[in-house]
Amino acid sequence: MLTLSQAINRALRHGLESDPKVLVMGQDVGRSGGVFRVTDGLQKDFGADRVVDTPLAEAGIVGTAIGLAMRGYRPVCEIQFDGFVYPAFNQITSQLAKLHARSGGRITVPVVVRIPVSGGIGAVEHHSESNEAYFAHTAGLRVMVAATPQDGHWMLRQAIESDDPVIFFEPKCRYWSKGEVAETADDPLVLPAEVARTVRPGTDVTLLTWGSMVETCLAAAAAADGEGRSLEVVDLRSLSPIDTDALVAAVARTGRAVVVHEAPTFGGLGSEVAAMLSERCFTSLESPVLRVGGFNVPYPAARLEGHYRPDLDRVLDAVDRVLAW
Amino acid sequence: METFQLVSPEGVLADDPAAADVDGDLCRGLYRDMVLARRLDAEAYSLQRQGELGLWLQSWGQEAAQVGSIRAIRDTDWVFPSYRDHAAAMCRGIGPEELLAQWRGVRQSGWDPARHRFHLYTLVLAAQLPHAVGYAMGVQRDGADEVVMTYFGDGSSSEGEANEAFNWAVTMAAPVLFFCQNNGWAISTPTSAQYGAPLHRRAAGFGLATQLVDGNDVLAVRAATARAAAAVRAGEGPALIEAVTYRMAGHSTSDDPTRYRSGAELDHWATLDPLERLRRLLDDRGWATPGFVEELETEATELAAEVRRVCRAMPDPDADAMFAHTLAVETRSQAAERAGYAAYTASFVD
Repeated sequence: MLTLSQAINRALRHGLESDPKVLVMGQDVGRSGGVFRVTDGLQKDFGADRVVDTPLAEAGIVGTAIGLAMRGYRPVCEIQFDGFVYPAFNQITSQLAKLHARSGGRITVPVVVRIPVSGGIGAVEHHSESNEAYFAHTAGLRVMVAATPQDGHWMLRQAIESDDPVIFFEPKCRYWSKGEVAETADDPLVLPAEVARTVRPGTDVTLLTWGSMVETCLAAAAAADGEGRSLEVVDLRSLSPIDTDALVAAVARTGRAVVVHEAPTFGGLGSEVAAMLSERCFTSLESPVLRVGGFNVPYPAARLEGHYRPDLDRVLDAVDRVLAW
Repeated sequence: METFQLVSPEGVLADDPAAADVDGDLCRGLYRDMVLARRLDAEAYSLQRQGELGLWLQSWGQEAAQVGSIRAIRDTDWVFPSYRDHAAAMCRGIGPEELLAQWRGVRQSGWDPARHRFHLYTLVLAAQLPHAVGYAMGVQRDGADEVVMTYFGDGSSSEGEANEAFNWAVTMAAPVLFFCQNNGWAISTPTSAQYGAPLHRRAAGFGLATQLVDGNDVLAVRAATARAAAAVRAGEGPALIEAVTYRMAGHSTSDDPTRYRSGAELDHWATLDPLERLRRLLDDRGWATPGFVEELETEATELAAEVRRVCRAMPDPDADAMFAHTLAVETRSQAAERAGYAAYTASFVD
């Protein structure tokens, strides 16, 4: 059993050990081991040239990582908090995402940008945002989110090995949660990065979710079970691309779906999922696809985040509504 | 800081140790580079006016800054350009078809950056500066004997990424040479409205070795760049050159510079033309050998014809091209979208 944070650390260590071109870079990733201690001990073992403490400049972190990637390196960047990624937005969306296409495939930029994401830790503003939709909306990026230590380890390893740029989200409220992590790549627990995972089978309603909300949905499913309702929970894992075939197959079985994410529902990825399901399983649906997520407001002060973040009751309220349709 | 100059506008070569290696061969070569670049630039401008190019950004007036700098570094050194650096691109063997493709709109870039050690043009200002610094960090880690030079302008220097790159390069002691072509204008914004202190002074504050140079003096640019590149190569840390030049044309073919700058200013800069200045030196020294000027004119005329020919010969790409290379490994959903559009277009009856 490892925590999510330990599992990610182990994936980074594996990357540094197995490929001399892999670098870890970011603010405070070296001597301090990162603000969440995810990179703890890596600089001591691999040196300051490979685990690079950088100036405090997000555009510089991603921009220089792009240059390093063009030179043949495989940088894994850490952005300290979700709300701090915006200074790097140009480098991510206009440079990192587009270089492969605009070079006609001549340039690959295998850069991973790790971002601790979402709330639930009582943080001050700009430290709790769920901004995955910005990146999923940008062609040329792969977007992954690790809800479990298993994915924190194996999906990050896949991200590092990918020749495409990857935005890798880590739900920070889950950093300290423990889980099993497969020892070898041939373990059936190790899934391809693009595949959605059914984390709990069920027959009445499908909950489609990712990141910080997977645990919330599992808790909701457990509670519903006591009321005789069978909820299926699917962790999307990859937000670009989305494993649409798996989602369609699941919802075609249950006929009812609720998308649960922490980001605001307005323009959120839940809207994409709901629209896709209405296009592809219209005749299987017994009710509209509902969305449960954050409100269309700035992430609130810490004492209010319990109202903002979807919880078990809000998920079950939506389940009641799709079942009552 | 005094502006470094080797050739006066009248074409007189200074008695300076930095000019010790100046001879007829060198000057004829540099003059040829500049004449051919100006001809391609003028031809591309005409092609845009004829509707053959969607847009063109002229390098007219900045030939000395580009040719002098790129001829001063080694062919094994790397260049991260901005988007007006046609003269520099040509010196790296990039041909007319490769240079025009992006502006004709048939591709998003024209050439193989690795082959020419000349990265693609970057249109978002200053975004290429951190790329150059990161690339130089890679050079550093490889222990390679290479310098990375990056071009940008006075306007770009206001971008956050430029200033992050300056600071980063010094912090990392990266082997990078920042080359600013200060052409006086960022579209309609003059340098007086761009920054309060000259760039070379700001750069010194970052800890960069700096040099201010007459950007219309190709020999001075070459000497200054060679000196700076040697220091960078020797591990003395990154450097910045500010070359003062002038954008003789509008920002782009969509711009009308008469709205914001005076004819008198343009007339003044015309007297400082970099080609004429070197031509005066060639003539004074008798370095314009018999036939040289005539042969160069013939070569330029042939180049112009080739520019017109290759431009008009570029076909529109197939629609399928836009789906290629979004990712290194195409996803299922992308393949489906691509196949869906192909089926849709195929469904039309001719």
